[in-house]
Formats: sequence, structure tokens, C-alpha cells
Amino acid sequence: MTTVLIDYDSGNLHSAEKAFQRMAAETGAGPVIVTSDPDLVARADRVVLPGDGAFPACRRGLRGFDGLEEALIDAVEARAVPFLGICVGMQMLASWGREYEDVEGFGWIPGEVVRIEPSDPSLKVPHMGWNDLVIDRPHPVLDGLQTGDHAYFVHSYAMRVDDPATLLAHADYGGPVTAIVGKDTVVGTQFHPEKSQRAGLRLIANFLNWRP
Amino acid sequence: MLKTRIIPCLDVADGRVVKGVNFVDLIDAGDPVEQAQAYDAAGADELCFLDIHATHENRGTMYDLATRTAEHCFMPLTIGGGVRTVEDVRNLLLAGADKVSFNSAAVADPDVVARAADKFGSQCIVCAIDAKTVAPGKWEIFTHGGRKPTGIDAVEFAKTIVAKGAGEILLTSMDRDGTKQGFNIPLTRAIADAVPVPVIASGGVGTLDHLVEGVTEGHASAVLAASIFHFGTYTIAEAKAHMAAAGIPMRLT
Repeated sequence: MTTVLIDYDSGNLHSAEKAFQRMAAETGAGPVIVTSDPDLVARADRVVLPGDGAFPACRRGLRGFDGLEEALIDAVEARAVPFLGICVGMQMLASWGREYEDVEGFGWIPGEVVRIEPSDPSLKVPHMGWNDLVIDRPHPVLDGLQTGDHAYFVHSYAMRVDDPATLLAHADYGGPVTAIVGKDTVVGTQFHPEKSQRAGLRLIANFLNWRP
Repeated sequence: MLKTRIIPCLDVADGRVVKGVNFVDLIDAGDPVEQAQAYDAAGADELCFLDIHATHENRGTMYDLATRTAEHCFMPLTIGGGVRTVEDVRNLLLAGADKVSFNSAAVADPDVVARAADKFGSQCIVCAIDAKTVAPGKWEIFTHGGRKPTGIDAVEFAKTIVAKGAGEILLTSMDRDGTKQGFNIPLTRAIADAVPVPVIASGGVGTLDHLVEGVTEGHASAVLAASIFHFGTYTIAEAKAHMAAAGIPMRLT
């Protein structure tokens, strides 16, 4: 079982690579490779899409690699392999991103990505730091996680899902902020599991052993 | 609810941890990666490495440190010191940093912050501001480790650099750094209230009450300290328990 982390020139993959490799070794989940090669994505048993920065830049970054986006779409829509989006990688699962300009997402989780507007104006944006999760729906990838566990967030935009059934967990920041989404073989975390110590590593291990 | 962060800062020179008192009289205090792992296990919310002797020649040491730390610590890491260009940011991010902090270079050319934020996103661009009191309610930026006055007003500069794209301000009071007399509260509050992004208070922590004051009176989103943790005066857990008891939302692990 091979897991690929998509490298499309979007920031720091080092810690994600190390976190996935460590949990793969601990749970016998097979090799973890970082690549932008569409052929490797086409053969992957699991796909992880990270993403830092702005939604439009990430979307353009993906398209900058010939055949990569097609391989991702094929992995999810034709091969139905487990797919995890992280941060902007999660946001791109939505139908639309509204950061700077309107940009289409993959649409696997119907919804849109909009700027966080906390009800309390003294709350800072970006939403940066450790927030506690409220688990909304059980899911195999959340096994062993519970409401109150902390995760590390850094973002100014957040996903609003159209279908509440796709919302697996949220955090509170002057109103609910979508934290984890999931539908069919696709899951996404707004926070960085590779930066979230115990809860994050547990989620990564769960994903690596998820057989939807 | 978002928790207030405690960030131990490791001053690094030539690959070793040191901690300055008013930026002189450095005392060697260990291996940065071991320190980072200890802080990770102790429940620190983030880590910060400051390369205090950063030169072009020793850059590789910091990349290596970032890489080794990221292999062992699954928590956010900020690296600063000697960051001048977008390429420096890129190299540090690729080496394993999650956030990179500009200091003197941002004062000399605020647009470098804009270029870095455009390329990598504001979320990973920190601007460190070192400020000294020049009159009551008036603070001036000093660069080059606090040696060089600039004539630039710290509050105005903070607003400018956030507008350029800095996602966080690491604010150090040069008057208080190394004194253990507590944060410069009026300075911290003036800047925290002036910018929409999180402010990390730094410089002067000597007691756990100082950490509380930085948040409740200084309005900081995070508190950074070195000596009190580094030399074992207090543990991270003691600091968190003390702040939580004062009513501050903390991540208690």
C-alpha cells in the first residue's frame, strides 16, 4: 500500500512527510513518498494533498504540473482511493474558493471557502494556534479522537459545507469554523495534523489504515 | 475556543543554544534539537529558533537544525535571524520551518514581506519588531540585535508591515529583554490593539504572573520566553496551569 503526498511547490512538506512516514512505520501501512509525478499518483493506494498559502495560488500551482490534476481527479472519481486534503488542500475539496477571486475547487465536498468573520471583533484573523475540536459525526479517520482534543490551525479562510452530513468536526472561533470534512473516500482537515502532536498523529495513523 | 500559546524561544548561535542577557554575555546551554524535543514533550505550543549570529556562511547550520527538528517534533516551528530575501524564506520553509521571521530586512525594505507573503502566504510570515521606549507612550524600532536606532515609530511600522502581509508580529521590548521585570505592557497593548493579526509578546519574563499580564493587560495572543524555561525556573506545565488559573484559555496536555 503506497501513500503519496503531492508536492506542487506549496510550502513545507518536510514535517508532513516525516509524520506520515513515522505513523506508516508504526502501523505497517507501507511506503510514503513525496512526488509531483502523475504516474506515481495514478498508482497510489492513498493520496494526501497538502497546501499552504492562498487558494488561487495553490490551484494554479497544481495545474502547473502536467497531468497532476487529472491524476488526482482520477484517483478520487474513478479509482476511489482514500484521499486526505490538509489546510488549503482541504479547502480545494470544496466547490468554490472566494479568496481574492472566485476559483473553482474539486467540488467533492459541496460548499465554498470564505473569509473567517468572528462574531467577536477582538478575535484576530488569521485563526492561528491550538483550538479544541468538537466532533460532529463519527468517522473511521476520527477513531480515538474526541471532543476537546486540540489541533493546530493557521488560516484566514474556512469552508462552509452545503450538506451538514459532510461536516465531521468543527472548532469555535467567534462562531463555528469547519475543522474536518468527509464524504465517501475523501476527508479533509483545515488544521495541520502533522503539527498537532498526539491527536494529529492519531488521525494520520487512522487515515493510513482506513479502508472505505 | 482558541488557546493562548506559550512559545519557548531558543537563541541559536553556530548550531548551539545560547541565551543572551540584554543580547550580550552568551551562555551556552545545549543542543537545539534535544531542547526542542524536551519542549515538545513538555507541551509547548510552538517553538521558536532565533539565529542570533546569522551570516551567509553559517546558513546551512540553521537549515540542518530545522530539518532535524522537524523529524522529531510534530509541532509548529518558527525560525528567524538573518532572514533577508524571499529565497531565504523558501529555503527555511523547505528545510522544515513552518513560519519564518523577518527582522532588520523588513525595516530596511518592507516590500520583502509583501513578496514573501504573496509567494508563501501570510500565515507563515512573521515580522519581529524590536522596540525601545524613547518617550512615554512612544517606541522606536531598533535593528541589528538592538544596536541600531532607526527613528521609525514601532506602532506605525507594525500597521505598515501587517498591511504588507505579515501574518503575525513577534514584539520584543529592548528595554525589558533579559531583565526579568516583565513585558513592556503599554508597548504590547499599543501594538496588539493596532493590528488585526496575532501579537507574540517577548522580552522581560521573570515570573509566571508576567505571562498572565502579557495576555490580560498586553492583549497578546501568545507569550514567548526563554530563560525562565530554559534554566528550569518554571516548567511549561506550571506556566500553563498558572495562566489557566488566571482565567486564560490554555491547552492543558
